[in-house]
Amino acid sequence: MAKPIVKLTNINKHFGPIDVLHDISLEVNAGEVLCLLGDNGAGKSTVIKTLAGVFKPSSGTIEMDGEIVEFTGPRDAANRGIATVHQFGGTFPLMSIGRSFFVGVEPTRKFGPFNIFDRKTANEIAVRAVREFGITRIDDGDRLVGGLSGGERQALAIARAVHLGARVLILDEPTAALGVKEAAHVLRIVLQARQRGLAVIFITHNVVHALTVGDHFAVLIRGAKAADFKKGEKSREEITDLMAGGEAMAELEAEIKSYSAGQTPQAN
Amino acid sequence: MNRSFSLGGLLRRPEAGALLGLVAVLIFFSIFGGTSFLKIAGMSSWLNVAATLGVIAIPVGLLMIAGELDISVGAMVPAGAMTVSIISGHLGLPIWLGIATTLGLGVLVGLINGLMVVRTVVPSLIVTLGSLFAVQGMVLGLSVFITKSTSVALKTEGLAKILLGDFVFGQLQVMVIWWLLATAAYVYFIHFSRFGNWVFAMGGDKVSARNAGIPTERLTVTLFVLSSTSAAFVGMCQAILYNSAQVAGGQSFIFNSIISVVVGGVLLTGGFGSVIGIFFGTITFAIVTQGIYYTDFDRNWSSLIIGVLLLLAVLMNNTFRRAALSYAPKHKGAK
Ligand SMILES: Nc1ncnc2c1ncn2[C@@H]1O[C@H](COP(=O)(O)OP(=O)(O)OP(=O)(O)O)[C@@H](O)[C@H]1O
Ligand SMILES: [Mg+2]
Repeated sequence: MAKPIVKLTNINKHFGPIDVLHDISLEVNAGEVLCLLGDNGAGKSTVIKTLAGVFKPSSGTIEMDGEIVEFTGPRDAANRGIATVHQFGGTFPLMSIGRSFFVGVEPTRKFGPFNIFDRKTANEIAVRAVREFGITRIDDGDRLVGGLSGGERQALAIARAVHLGARVLILDEPTAALGVKEAAHVLRIVLQARQRGLAVIFITHNVVHALTVGDHFAVLIRGAKAADFKKGEKSREEITDLMAGGEAMAELEAEIKSYSAGQTPQAN
Repeated sequence: MNRSFSLGGLLRRPEAGALLGLVAVLIFFSIFGGTSFLKIAGMSSWLNVAATLGVIAIPVGLLMIAGELDISVGAMVPAGAMTVSIISGHLGLPIWLGIATTLGLGVLVGLINGLMVVRTVVPSLIVTLGSLFAVQGMVLGLSVFITKSTSVALKTEGLAKILLGDFVFGQLQVMVIWWLLATAAYVYFIHFSRFGNWVFAMGGDKVSARNAGIPTERLTVTLFVLSSTSAAFVGMCQAILYNSAQVAGGQSFIFNSIISVVVGGVLLTGGFGSVIGIFFGTITFAIVTQGIYYTDFDRNWSSLIIGVLLLLAVLMNNTFRRAALSYAPKHKGAK
């Protein structure tokens, strides 16, 4: 089998005296979606920030295509093909679709002696790139990003990453703020990215979303990897339990039920 | 996509409010003051004010688009005037040395402002408040120390006078030409070159911009250098024009430039605005302050008009920005 695109080995991270990650080892292959699951504060965001060059690991190694790499910063990681899309798309709400799509890599054309921003090309490419992901409602590159829906913004950010040559796509809770329909769009786009051969790391608190797109799952509990399994190896209930931090969800549910049973029934 | 003229498209641009504001004050003063302020002599009165302010307002506005403020321009105007006057007037050294030193001082203060803003997490309002006072103090102290006075005479002749401190076409100052040239250059850099895109991205979301590979720190420092050098340039030109410089004055540039920029449609929190909007905003401001002389109103009322104008402009710009945000093209409905 080919080498994984990214492989973390025994990553530890502490901020001063606070240990956040213990011996995390993960790998993700091209054309595969790795779901990173875990309760609030489990360390998911810290893992991906380490992977995106924001934090340096305190110890442990990161390999890309079998070679050890040390990122000097987010820019370095991005140049090596690691793209992070944040919850709200991390885009510029008051910029046009075409302009925000090409921030930092603006296409230019000659105008007499001047190099000017090629608005037409930028808009065309940006609109085509999002439409390829099935967002056909976007057809004017001059529209402002802030006027798009949450799902459309995610789509734009993912299309941008793919267009700029990302090989690893990191999505930190991309569906958290979205309604059912918008979330479904984003999940479909994640699967399309996978189909194009990207490695996707997908963080979510939603078991259904995770099961829909995930090929491979890793669960973090208090900074350590508590489970690592492939699609179909665990039931939905088992995964829910793990995500809640290992406490049996059934117990919790029973407890919740006993509270509501103790209350006088509401009039409606 | 067909880009023929449309009123809706115009209203969604950042300068829409500024243009309407300009039309409104033109109508207002035409009614109450007649059209003489639109004739050559009247025009030069407000064009001179607009030019002097506009050269500073545009870089101040660009900083605002990028998410920063620079109020130290209020000290840099008299600093520029005093520097050239002390060197080339009081000390009698060549004018070119005075000009070079003045611009060098502008670059230096801009570098200090910019580096302090990017190296510390102190907001630029506070950093430039500090440099405003520091530069004021230094200019006063050094002027009194060197010249034993707070005002210095400066006699300039030849090319420097013609280029920097003279009149063209009667009462029109040469500064108007500088202002138009600067505006054209800024329009190119901000709206047509790729650097402009970086400024907007930086003002929209600094972290994302940096992660997208934009040299945000270098760009921020550059913008601070531009604003403080422009302010020093304006002070220098005024000294050459009026043949003298005073330590006092200059503070009016702080508020006047911010008003012009905000009336011009720049979002105070950054990420949105246009050079043409700032250009219109500056003209609007200048017409209000000068147009009052052509009416029967007492000139004290001009501050009231400016205050009302500012509030109206902000409200209007907010409305237009919201319209721009929610705009989605109608497909089949429109012809
Ligand atoms: N810069 C930091 N300094 C100190 N502690 C930190 C820092 N960043 C994160 N932490 C701590 O590390 C732990 C893990 O945080 P992290 O943001 O990775 O959690 P998460 O799994 O992403 O949670 P959530 O689901 O709420 O987003 C938390 O306890 C947090 O307080
Ligand atoms: Mg998180």
